[in-house]
Amino acid sequence: MAAPDRALTDLYRQIVLDHSRHPRNQRRPERYDREAEGHNLLCGDKVRVYLRLQDDALEDVAFEASGCAICLASASLMTETVRSRSVHEARTSIDRFDRALATGGGENLAGDLAALGGVSQYPSRIRCATLPWKTLQAALDSSPATVTTEKASPSR
Amino acid sequence: MTATSHPLDVEAIRRDFPILAQQVNGQPLAYLDNAASSQRPLQVLAAIQNYYSHDHANVHRGVHTLSHRATDLYEGARETVRAFINAASVREIIFTRGTTEAINLVAFSFGQRLQAGDEILITAMEHHSNIVPWQLLCERSGAVLRVAPINDAGELLLDDFFELLGPRTKLVAITHVSNALGTVNPVKAIIAAARGRGVPVLLDGAQAIPHQAVDVRDLNCDFYAFSGHKMCGPTGIGVLYGREALLRDLPPFQSGGDMILTVSFKGTTYNDLPYRLEAGTPHIAGAIGLGAAINYLTSLGLANIAAWEAQLLDYATGLLLQLPGLVIVGTARSKASLVSFNIAGIHPHDLGTVLDQRGVAIRAGHHCAMPVMERFGLQGTARASFAFYNTRGEIDQLIEALRLAQRMFA
Repeated sequence: MAAPDRALTDLYRQIVLDHSRHPRNQRRPERYDREAEGHNLLCGDKVRVYLRLQDDALEDVAFEASGCAICLASASLMTETVRSRSVHEARTSIDRFDRALATGGGENLAGDLAALGGVSQYPSRIRCATLPWKTLQAALDSSPATVTTEKASPSR
Repeated sequence: MTATSHPLDVEAIRRDFPILAQQVNGQPLAYLDNAASSQRPLQVLAAIQNYYSHDHANVHRGVHTLSHRATDLYEGARETVRAFINAASVREIIFTRGTTEAINLVAFSFGQRLQAGDEILITAMEHHSNIVPWQLLCERSGAVLRVAPINDAGELLLDDFFELLGPRTKLVAITHVSNALGTVNPVKAIIAAARGRGVPVLLDGAQAIPHQAVDVRDLNCDFYAFSGHKMCGPTGIGVLYGREALLRDLPPFQSGGDMILTVSFKGTTYNDLPYRLEAGTPHIAGAIGLGAAINYLTSLGLANIAAWEAQLLDYATGLLLQLPGLVIVGTARSKASLVSFNIAGIHPHDLGTVLDQRGVAIRAGHHCAMPVMERFGLQGTARASFAFYNTRGEIDQLIEALRLAQRMFA
């Protein structure tokens, strides 16, 4: 019987599997100020992020999604990362996450987010992980339009 | 191992496909993504290399020897295609970039005769390439796109189809075999009904032509579109078969060199078929490679190919259904050799990644047939699609990798 090899267990780490099976903050809040929807055109993943801001802090962050394990885990971990943070801190986290995956430096991610570091070794899956974050960014920008992970402009 | 009766020597065939004999991620490659694109045998690679090594020049216009040779090879490939699908004349064989361009040619050129209120009838199982060109044509002309529904097995509802076939229908465009579900459509009945009302029929043959003998005169279709790369030929080459009586009246699609007889600033006269519909220097090597691919498939025998693929489909279907939580999407009584499926709790994209790590190449996603996914309430499926060079061992490898995925995501 084949066992999962190193490459697979590196991508699907226990924390990732746990967050994909039991995503945190996967709900539509009763009150929210901002929202945005993001699509991954390639595989059909869909994420909607809801925010409630209070004095420049992300008082509540939640999401609804249909997507793969990487996308769900990334959305779940993202809400835990940015909740109660300032808008500036959230934007910094988005940049750091995006850069870490794009440059193959996934191991430099802090805390539980480091569990998503293995994704940087799977070019075809990076967009699964970054979709929730791009959607969060769109929500922060209060962009009313749908965002996409395709190369086209994010406001399209 | 049970002995099976099929005359293909699959191990010998596999030696013609060097790409299959490799390791991927430390595992032997099991290439089960043939509905997306097949692989090419050495015979096709050699034909292309020979052409470029010895015979290349532009076609149809040179007085020199190489140009004659290139023209003979290019037109020889056209004759090979004609014979393969039993068209009446080489004037009915238009080389295109692929199925998509062939359908776009019809939508553009045939489409010019459509008017507001006319109808184009397709089905709910079409590939995007047999939907979007008609949507654009409808936008240009004011025509209306009608879509015949399918049942839960992924079969066309024929009664609904015949009901939608009305006095305003000006064209029926339907896939011969569904790329997402594997359904083989009852195209002869459809063609008979449509032509009985004087309505031309286009068949999207991209998924049919690698797996079964196609005889356009027996089918009695008006247009038949297919791609080289799904039938062991090169990418960038495809064919539009068109009934000559229809092609003769089509306005040009693209324009430029080769499709004209004379050009002056007072006016231009067009060349004869098939050249009138092939503007510019064609994909000469692609056509020659396609001819070689057809010769290869013919040497194996399309009936032998169909028989072996049917055994692979049965074998895979039986094993897949033993996996807990696995649902096959597309259970038509008549199916080509592909299986679309989902496993409870595992997204197709994750399945695709796990399988790739075990050397198994499949397609995961919407298969460019988003309306089909919508019909079944799915985001996507995993799809394993088989060619004549696949083995039962590769299907075992697929099943083992799926079991691994189930353990990982349990």
